[in-house]
Amino acid sequence: MERDGGLVAILDKSALTANAAGRMVPETVNGRPQAPYKGVGQHHPAGTKASPPVRTAADYPDDGDKRVPDLETALRKCGLRDGMVISSHHHLRDGDRVALMALEAAARIGVKNLMWFPSASFPSQKGAIELMESGVIEHIEGSMNGPLGDYCTQGKMRGTGVLRSHGGRWQAIQDGEVHVDIAVIAAPTADPFGNCDGSHGKSACGSLGFALADSTYADHVIAVTDSLVPFPCIPWQIQGNNVDYVVEVDSIGDPAKIVSGTTQITRSPDRLRIAEFVARFLREAGIMRNGFSFQAGAGGIALAFVSYLKQMMKQDGVKARFVRGGSTKYLVELLEEGLTDYILDGQTFDLDGVRSIANNPRHVATSPFTSYNYHGKGNFASLVDAVVLGATEVDTNFNANVVTHSDGRLLHGIGGWQNCLSAGCTILAVPSFRDRIPVIGDEVTTLCGPGELIDVVVTERGIAINPRRQDLMDAVQGSKLPIRPIQDIKKEVERICGGKPQQPKRGDRPVAVVKWVDGTVLDTVWQIP
Amino acid sequence: MTLAMETRSGEAGHWGAEIRSDLHVRIEPRERGGVEIDLESRVKPYYGDSIRRQAEEVIEALGVRHALVQIHDEGALPFVIAARIEAAVRRAGLAEGTRVLPDRMALPAASAGDRMRRSRLYVPGSEPKYFINAALHGADGVILDLEDSVHPGEKDAARLLVRNALRAVDFLHCERMVRMNQLPLGLEDLHEIVPESPDLILIPKVETPDQVVEVSRRIEGVKAEYGVTRPIWLMPILESALGIENAFAIAKASDQIAALTIGLEDYTADLGVVKTAGGAESLYARQVVANAAHAAGVQAIDSVFGDVGDMDGLRAWGLNSRALGFEGMGCVHPLQIAVIHEAFAPTSAEIEKAQKIVAAFNEAQEKGLGVVSLGSKMIDPPVVHRALKLMERARAMGLAD
Repeated sequence: MERDGGLVAILDKSALTANAAGRMVPETVNGRPQAPYKGVGQHHPAGTKASPPVRTAADYPDDGDKRVPDLETALRKCGLRDGMVISSHHHLRDGDRVALMALEAAARIGVKNLMWFPSASFPSQKGAIELMESGVIEHIEGSMNGPLGDYCTQGKMRGTGVLRSHGGRWQAIQDGEVHVDIAVIAAPTADPFGNCDGSHGKSACGSLGFALADSTYADHVIAVTDSLVPFPCIPWQIQGNNVDYVVEVDSIGDPAKIVSGTTQITRSPDRLRIAEFVARFLREAGIMRNGFSFQAGAGGIALAFVSYLKQMMKQDGVKARFVRGGSTKYLVELLEEGLTDYILDGQTFDLDGVRSIANNPRHVATSPFTSYNYHGKGNFASLVDAVVLGATEVDTNFNANVVTHSDGRLLHGIGGWQNCLSAGCTILAVPSFRDRIPVIGDEVTTLCGPGELIDVVVTERGIAINPRRQDLMDAVQGSKLPIRPIQDIKKEVERICGGKPQQPKRGDRPVAVVKWVDGTVLDTVWQIP
Repeated sequence: MTLAMETRSGEAGHWGAEIRSDLHVRIEPRERGGVEIDLESRVKPYYGDSIRRQAEEVIEALGVRHALVQIHDEGALPFVIAARIEAAVRRAGLAEGTRVLPDRMALPAASAGDRMRRSRLYVPGSEPKYFINAALHGADGVILDLEDSVHPGEKDAARLLVRNALRAVDFLHCERMVRMNQLPLGLEDLHEIVPESPDLILIPKVETPDQVVEVSRRIEGVKAEYGVTRPIWLMPILESALGIENAFAIAKASDQIAALTIGLEDYTADLGVVKTAGGAESLYARQVVANAAHAAGVQAIDSVFGDVGDMDGLRAWGLNSRALGFEGMGCVHPLQIAVIHEAFAPTSAEIEKAQKIVAAFNEAQEKGLGVVSLGSKMIDPPVVHRALKLMERARAMGLAD
């Protein structure tokens, strides 16, 4: 990989092209040529998957003890040098200490121009800004929000940010778009051979699925743990056979920020109203039936939705076959009360979730490969009957934005959001306005989800069904739900807010791109002056 | 330096990271230099121009020629912006021009004196963030409160907010109620509120009939001045031992009275007793209110249940309240509304019985019989009347066809 800083800067001035969604996207990003978005299901990749180098057991200790004294030593042994790609993962969320620990060790070694490839970054990792200022990190490919998001949108990052969904990150690694030189995996429990588990240990977080692709495809893998157990570490979510070195540290993270004690349902009456509408919609549309499945996140509305749905499932004597996590106490209750056969869990948000995944064989850890990867032989996301998601903006064609504020500032990562759009019924549960800013507009600032995949928008002022889904429209006909055209809700909210908002100013330099699940470029995030 | 004795700066509203849908305005009068607006806003990229335009318009109409106007906006809606600027200008002692009222929504149909009043949701008059979605939760009425939930120092500003909300906010199917302040301060409220045609005004701490008469006269005066012709109903709140003693006379004090209600916080304080979840200490007072209201031919409405977390307690209170003869009660949180509606709904057994009585009544009418009988039993006219009323309510609640 020739990734010289100067070369990147020149290539980034590459031409823009309009993609199938009509969005202007760069033809080259960080020196790599890009395919513009072609439409849902239109991009058919050719070629073979990326392959990591062949290794031999002859080069690894016979007694299986791969421990080295510290991260710096491990990085040196992995052959760290300028311009490499270092990856990390966000299963410890805002409590993670390992990613910065690794990047700071790299800084001490004296390398420059690294690409940091986190599965997501969090506000507590704002120390990465200093490492970008000092040239250790050249750019970040992964979600950025808070201070890192501002740094990127202000155009201060040297390279271009690349935002991918969880499934898209797997796809990028698997397809060879991103070659990980060194993966650093934070392991709540590990043995000296490198087997890792997330469901036990003082920093237990549940699933380690985000690190699975890196452990399989990276040139080098380092496991960092604060809870070393003698071989074997059971269960092994990461196979030690893929791990080069094991580093023991005092603490991989701040437990208070890894999982919340108890996740709380919103008490906001408006949000509760949205949650209740969503649950009633699933019931009235006949989606809530024996053997069904759903996925909802851990936001206030999603939690309240689960609680309303649970009451309705009990009233109607309905049981789910599986629910997809982000698991929380509320999903665990469904499982323990026999209202679902399984939880298929991508990440674990609270202590009840962690306890359950460690003890209940019906609470199963999944990975972005099984759940989300679009370049596989199918994935679980499209098997889910209904998914409830948030959004920052949605337009009258049901296109939605989840990564930027309506002024274009990076706000959230994509997470599994894009991947979940392939569910049988995709529902956006959003307030109709926030701080006077209408959520439904003429055109989203940043396109993250094509409207053809978004079926229902539920607000506190009514429910809009995508006209493409006449079947859903028919299914809820005659119900007491406030079904309204999306333009109607938009008009009402614009009246309340005192007219349409003015168009925020944006710069003309791309600072990041949003990838679609197939690796094509869906939209551009522009510098904010 | 000139001694600007007559001028003072004026401030109104709130700002800060925790504040939503409000703004803070500070106006510093100047001798010359025109109006300078210094705007900070959470929504500046979207509505910065609009806020500035609105501020200029309101300030000019209020007759301010020279001033520094500092605005910290936290996403306030236009009707709030207008009210806060007006409050700041008035507090600076400057409002000489005409006030700028927000565009008025089409007024909903006037409310009937005996309309359904199961639930009324209290919204603090100084908290605009609660106004806009208050009606979504399906209460029979929304009360914009100027009394106990508003700090004494904020009465003037809350009055303007509530006035503007009555013009600009769509309260959907809710009866638009305002709780005025106690007399005599409450009389000032009426001058701002009455021209905006609220459906009902709650009069707090009523102890004697002449207080109702005074309010009623003032309302009629303001109505005449502004050409308001539709009814504005009254709901006196009895909150003292004396008020309870005068309950019937109060209920008869004006033909604009639609309902009589009771305020238990103040009533129990007046008696020097502890307010309990069971309510034994106020049983007498509540029975007096129910009886007086029925005797006067107006609705009896119960107090609020203050523990928002205790839905079982609320349900029990509501069921008991209905059994005592009340038709509804107050809500301090939207989550209470559904529980209250359930508690005040007629039971299916009651509906079934009423249906039979109504059917027998209709049959007797058809046959031209003067006497209604059900099986071997004769049915008295008051029983028929009650059954008809119950069926009407049941239909309104969607419990019967």
